[in-house]
Amino acid sequence: MTLRLPRQPMIRNLLLALCGAGILYFVTSLLSPYNDYLVGEIALYLIALAGLSLLTGVTGQISLGHGAFMAVGAYTVALLMTHTQLNFIVELLAAIGAAAVLGLLIGVPATRLKGPYLAGMTLLVALALPPIADRWTTTFGGDQGLTTTVPNAPGTINPEEWLAWIQIIGALITLVLLANLLRSRFGRSFRAVRDDEISASLAGIHVARTKVMAFVISAACAGLAGAFLGLSTGVVNTGEFPLTLSIQLLAAMVLGGTGSLMGMWWGAILLVYLPQWSTSLSSHFNLGSGASAYLATIVFGAVLIVVMLIAPTGMQGGLRWGWRWGVSFISGRLRQNLSSANSTP
Amino acid sequence: MELFINITLNGITNGMIFATLALALVLIFRATRIINFAQGAMGMMTTFIASSLLNRGLGYWWAFLAVLAIGFVFGALVERVLIRPLQGKSELNPVIVTIGLLVVLEGLAGAIYGNASRGFPAAYSQSGLTIGHSKIAFSHFDLFILVAVLALMVATLALFRATTLGLRMRASAFAGEIARLLGVRVGLFLTLGWALAGVAGALAGLLVAPTSSFGPYYMDLILVYGFTAAVIGGLESPVGALIGGLITGLCISYVGGYFGSGLQPLGALALLIVTLMARPEGIFARPPARKV
Amino acid sequence: MRQSNDRSTGRWVRVSLAGVIGLALATTVLTTSAGAASTPGVTSTSINIGATVPLTGPAAPGYDEIAPAMNAVFDWVNAHGGVDGRKINYNYLDDGYNPANTATLTRKLVLQDNIFADVGSLGTPTQAAVQSFLNTQKVPQLFIESGCDCWSNPKFPESFGWQPPYTVEGKILGAYIKSHFAGEKVGYLSQGDEFGQDFVKGLDEEIPSASVVSRQTYDASTLAGPLSNQVAALKAAGAQVVAMATIPAATALAMLPAAAIGYQPQYVISNVGADAPTVGPLLSSFTLAGKGTAAQAKATAGLLNGVITDSYFAPESDVSNPWVQVEKKLLAKYAPSLYAKAGLDGNTQYGIALAYTFVQALQAAGKNLTRAGLLAAIEKSGKNFVTPGFVPLSYSSSVHFGFQGAEVIKLSTTAPPAVTPTGSWIGATPVTGVEVTNVGSGPVKEYTGKTSTPPKKLVSTS
Repeated sequence: MTLRLPRQPMIRNLLLALCGAGILYFVTSLLSPYNDYLVGEIALYLIALAGLSLLTGVTGQISLGHGAFMAVGAYTVALLMTHTQLNFIVELLAAIGAAAVLGLLIGVPATRLKGPYLAGMTLLVALALPPIADRWTTTFGGDQGLTTTVPNAPGTINPEEWLAWIQIIGALITLVLLANLLRSRFGRSFRAVRDDEISASLAGIHVARTKVMAFVISAACAGLAGAFLGLSTGVVNTGEFPLTLSIQLLAAMVLGGTGSLMGMWWGAILLVYLPQWSTSLSSHFNLGSGASAYLATIVFGAVLIVVMLIAPTGMQGGLRWGWRWGVSFISGRLRQNLSSANSTP
Repeated sequence: MELFINITLNGITNGMIFATLALALVLIFRATRIINFAQGAMGMMTTFIASSLLNRGLGYWWAFLAVLAIGFVFGALVERVLIRPLQGKSELNPVIVTIGLLVVLEGLAGAIYGNASRGFPAAYSQSGLTIGHSKIAFSHFDLFILVAVLALMVATLALFRATTLGLRMRASAFAGEIARLLGVRVGLFLTLGWALAGVAGALAGLLVAPTSSFGPYYMDLILVYGFTAAVIGGLESPVGALIGGLITGLCISYVGGYFGSGLQPLGALALLIVTLMARPEGIFARPPARKV
Repeated sequence: MRQSNDRSTGRWVRVSLAGVIGLALATTVLTTSAGAASTPGVTSTSINIGATVPLTGPAAPGYDEIAPAMNAVFDWVNAHGGVDGRKINYNYLDDGYNPANTATLTRKLVLQDNIFADVGSLGTPTQAAVQSFLNTQKVPQLFIESGCDCWSNPKFPESFGWQPPYTVEGKILGAYIKSHFAGEKVGYLSQGDEFGQDFVKGLDEEIPSASVVSRQTYDASTLAGPLSNQVAALKAAGAQVVAMATIPAATALAMLPAAAIGYQPQYVISNVGADAPTVGPLLSSFTLAGKGTAAQAKATAGLLNGVITDSYFAPESDVSNPWVQVEKKLLAKYAPSLYAKAGLDGNTQYGIALAYTFVQALQAAGKNLTRAGLLAAIEKSGKNFVTPGFVPLSYSSSVHFGFQGAEVIKLSTTAPPAVTPTGSWIGATPVTGVEVTNVGSGPVKEYTGKTSTPPKKLVSTS
């Protein structure tokens, strides 16, 4: 009796999410507070990467500006926490909404652009927005930034684990919603626009509206991720949103597997662990302090290039290929054994 | 009034520098229809090499020429090794590869040359020219930049419009298959396009370094503004790169001078959006032929 | 239909397998955290401290020299038996000046590596991001490398500043401008962040506002080329004195266009951006095409000649000063590659002085070393510490600022030059005595106390 999953996507995805939640609960209760903190960071980057994957991978719109959407989400949540007493969920929704509005403002002119033009424009967005906060330091906190407060943890759970849980729940909800969206007719519109705009519009899809929708959803995800980043860091400040963040988000998405959702786990793990690996790598090799500090950057860039040349489908594509190869190898062997068993008289 | 004149002159000087990088981007785009996000970093690397050569006692103009030649080779190498394998696939791949190259080059420069402050000499005096009683914000070096950029632009135009080489390059980029059928060695011309862009990028690096905080990251913002200039002018047009550079330089100078230097990228963004809403292909581009 | 279910079953198995493997991989990076010892980071033979500093990225130039210079002092201490038999292990990590990285790395240092204290971390936005965390965890946040006046705050008792607050510096230089350039028009050029704003606050405490004809700012993150517009505005307003709160790159990017248009005001520059060996190479591009370091240094000296700045310890050009001699010997012996590359400049001097302050704090805390004991020792005995500074440290139970005084110096071609591996840079001479003040509205007064000399042990064994 084969294991059957329910057929409706929503229920299937919810079940998967519940399983994931169960595994993660088990894992976070075992981990140390520091590793809980890291798992929470993985979850928050996962949200941003999932949105970016939808925009760039599925709808084919390259964005080098997602750091700006994260900044909007982070500053919104920090401003509300500093000046108001609103409910936490409401504040998060406001962050999502603010980022979505920016997504709309960028998305509309973006429909006019293709490929590298769009990449360049979004690069400018990532550069242009954060310094606005530096200009009006009384409102935006300047160097000392705006503080964020995590709602109190119930019982005796330690604060890192509690925050990680908030972020994990956010990530799982985002994944379920996006997975369902991608299976719906909207998902099909996104893919159609990516593959061939002219055919898509001939088929009755409103191309510009679809692109804007992808931008808005993707920005909303980044806004939530930015709010969570503000919570993890404890303070929101423009130094957290340099140009490198937007570049690393795009790179991590590609390395994880452009267009996939589950592949974004790999991308998020890479983003969180890269600074750690770099410090342990450099102390291993005992290089001069100048060379060793830059080792991580050089390796990151080199990996990007190599993966693009050799395995452009990223980690998830590699896994899929490995799974299929493994399955066909094993079934081939089985067939061989069976046939050799049959052929002996 | 004197302030306005100086701000305008500063805008023109900046604009010339953006135009140099924009020309490099245009060269690559016309040759391979790719935007090279590592163009600035490649220019940074060649300028670091120039700095080493100067430190070893080589004369300035010898180092200048040597580095332009290195830029040529560098551009060709990058195309052959990194870009050629990506032909025909998704347009996201070259963006990521050039970004990866940007990251690697900045890391390498930081690792090899270190973080220490350094300067880079200018080709000519940076002291302002004297008009009447006062010195204006335009020096012999600025004049040299202007001349160099104009020369580069004229050379590029001449190449594309007046030579068979240029014709073959345009054919290779625009209709590769047909060009191949007609006996054009398409691969060679793609590489040549990148090599020439490498020269332009190296030149940009040498022109920017004296008036910048010379380090691994000094070309980053120049690349972004150079990109803006190229897109505004139309990614296919060398004249557009020059005009786009001037417009971008002036815009940024006025925004910085009257509103605050932190708002300059926002000014560039606004300029870009306005231009693209009005003319999505850029000011000097030919209108798109195909529209269903 | 059966087929699609099998495929999704396979996918389900794949996905959960991948997820579990991924998490397992992710969490094997390091092992379990050690149980909380009686004093974390301290054993009978070692003391583990940590910090987050920018070693890469646009903020790194110059600042990446400080932590290795600090290590030179710790290596000297360890080579001579350590403090109370304990060797100091200094683990400094690169946060690239990004507060999000600082938050993660500081948690690693505290929750996983169990450091005893966070010593000599750099940056206002970066350290502000972890101030609350460190104080909640009761980990000392010592000698923060930033001049923000937010480090002396009764709400955050674990946090201590060290360098003179920017406001103090602004007041001292402002008082100098008020007394020596009375009646002249003054212009400001400041960085648009806490550094610039605090410095300007200090200037405004002293300089009458009617004298200030232009207030220009620049944004550090979008600094791409010369600050020609700001300089043009200062010239148009007729500023005869320009007070600058600029990082070294910005100092050069302001002086270059000024020289180009023949504008030569009296420069009064914060010590953050006026160290001759740091700013000098940046200005050297003003010479004609590559004529060699000697010519470049000479041209640079011309540009920097007459610049007023301040210093709170003897500058590197004061070669007869015993502290400068000791610092050179220490650096050459215990950090030879750093010495060969950068020599003794403002940054390495800073690191040595800060590390030596920490060593004395450890000594004052005694053999029974605890975090609370360390803080109490600094508050009680800090003013008696022997440091290269001209004034004693100000630490007390209510004040967590370090130095609050400096002397005003002038860069001058008649002073002996500051010689580093990169060249021979213009030296400095004092033009006032040592001045002290505070962050509030207190006056700027002359300091009449003693200045310490390096102890015999440091001189003989370095």
